[in-house]
Amino acid sequence: MAYCDGCGAPLEDCDGTCRGELDPPRFCRECGRKLDVQVTPTGYRAGCRRHPPVAPTGEPKL
Amino acid sequence: MTTRAMLAAAGAALIDEQRDLGEAELRGLAALPVDSVPALASLAHEVRLARCGPEVEIEGILSAKTGGCPEDCHFCSQSSKFESVVRPTPYLNIREIVKAAQETAELGASEFCIVMALRGPDDRVIDNVIEATAAVRRETGLNVAASLGILDRDQAKRLAEGGVHRYNHNLETARSFFPRIVTTHTWEERFDTCALVREVGMELCCGALLGMGESDDQRIELLLQLRDVTPAEVPLNFLNPRPGTPLGARPLVEPIEALRWIALFRLALPEVILRYAGGREVTLRELQALGMTAGINALIVGNYLTTLGRRPEQDIQMLADLKMPIGVLSKVI
Ligand code: SF4
Ligand SMILES: [Zn+2]
Ligand SMILES: [Zn+2]
Repeated sequence: MAYCDGCGAPLEDCDGTCRGELDPPRFCRECGRKLDVQVTPTGYRAGCRRHPPVAPTGEPKL
Repeated sequence: MTTRAMLAAAGAALIDEQRDLGEAELRGLAALPVDSVPALASLAHEVRLARCGPEVEIEGILSAKTGGCPEDCHFCSQSSKFESVVRPTPYLNIREIVKAAQETAELGASEFCIVMALRGPDDRVIDNVIEATAAVRRETGLNVAASLGILDRDQAKRLAEGGVHRYNHNLETARSFFPRIVTTHTWEERFDTCALVREVGMELCCGALLGMGESDDQRIELLLQLRDVTPAEVPLNFLNPRPGTPLGARPLVEPIEALRWIALFRLALPEVILRYAGGREVTLRELQALGMTAGINALIVGNYLTTLGRRPEQDIQMLADLKMPIGVLSKVI
């Protein structure tokens, strides 16, 4: 099963509006657990304690 | 009085007489019709140029301890009192802090602020921040600011002696509205820390957060209270409602109202370093450049504490397009 990285709900239950363009991911796509997220001035790191690190997905737009 | 007469009187007071506007004058300007906001912004820009000059100060900030805060500020995703998506993460080490400062320096910034989600620091935190400050100064030459919550006098003195040149502690909102937003500490406790920061010789950075449900009168009240703490810098935040917090469903401040209040902050605090801070991207969207000609003279570039900013190149380009030089703004206190 896949999960929404914005709200942690099963992917089919979220319309994708939960995560703003300037929000880093907060939940693991593989297991839905909360991620450890460290925001830095020019990027962020997001990692699940059970799964490999999440790569930043593209540049914030706006 | 007509709008033109009101603006002319405010301009004469602030530029010719170098006199602060009184409460009634500020209330009058706050009540101008929405189609007068561009004229109000233009006056604020003129005042900023006359009283501060054309330079814009750039800063980067870093959350060096995220989440798990025992306080209950209703806007904050880092409070442990709410079911937030932010998972607490441990203190960053000095190497990680220096690396973030290097990222900041590469953006052309002169200022780097180390922020921790705490009610207040303990001695170990103070030791670590002093050590980090020295390392950042040595490796990057940036001015170092810190934001660690409520301080006692000894802690404030140690930070000042340790090279922290500016300390951030926000009043956030008017005294009369504060109990609706925070119940775990008082507005007076914040005010006292602000006073201590000045007493030990650090510059005070004391910010506001608009859009939490406060009235226009309470925004004016806040401006007068900010004057009382004599900040060198005022970071101006707009609420970016965070899921899971008590303010998570509040609407954003309307862009034109955000511009009105940027202008009013400049007119009420003519010589302060007025910094664009959190929420500007979602609030102002494509009107962000207009804030720069409404009284703003400093920016946080890059990302915030738990949310991202727009790309730093966009801000640097915006300043180049406006022909506003990047500089260091520091007040002699
Ligand atoms: S003290 Fe700071 S980190 Fe803690 S809840 Fe309030 S705003 Fe958030
Ligand atoms: Zn979702
Ligand atoms: Zn996982």
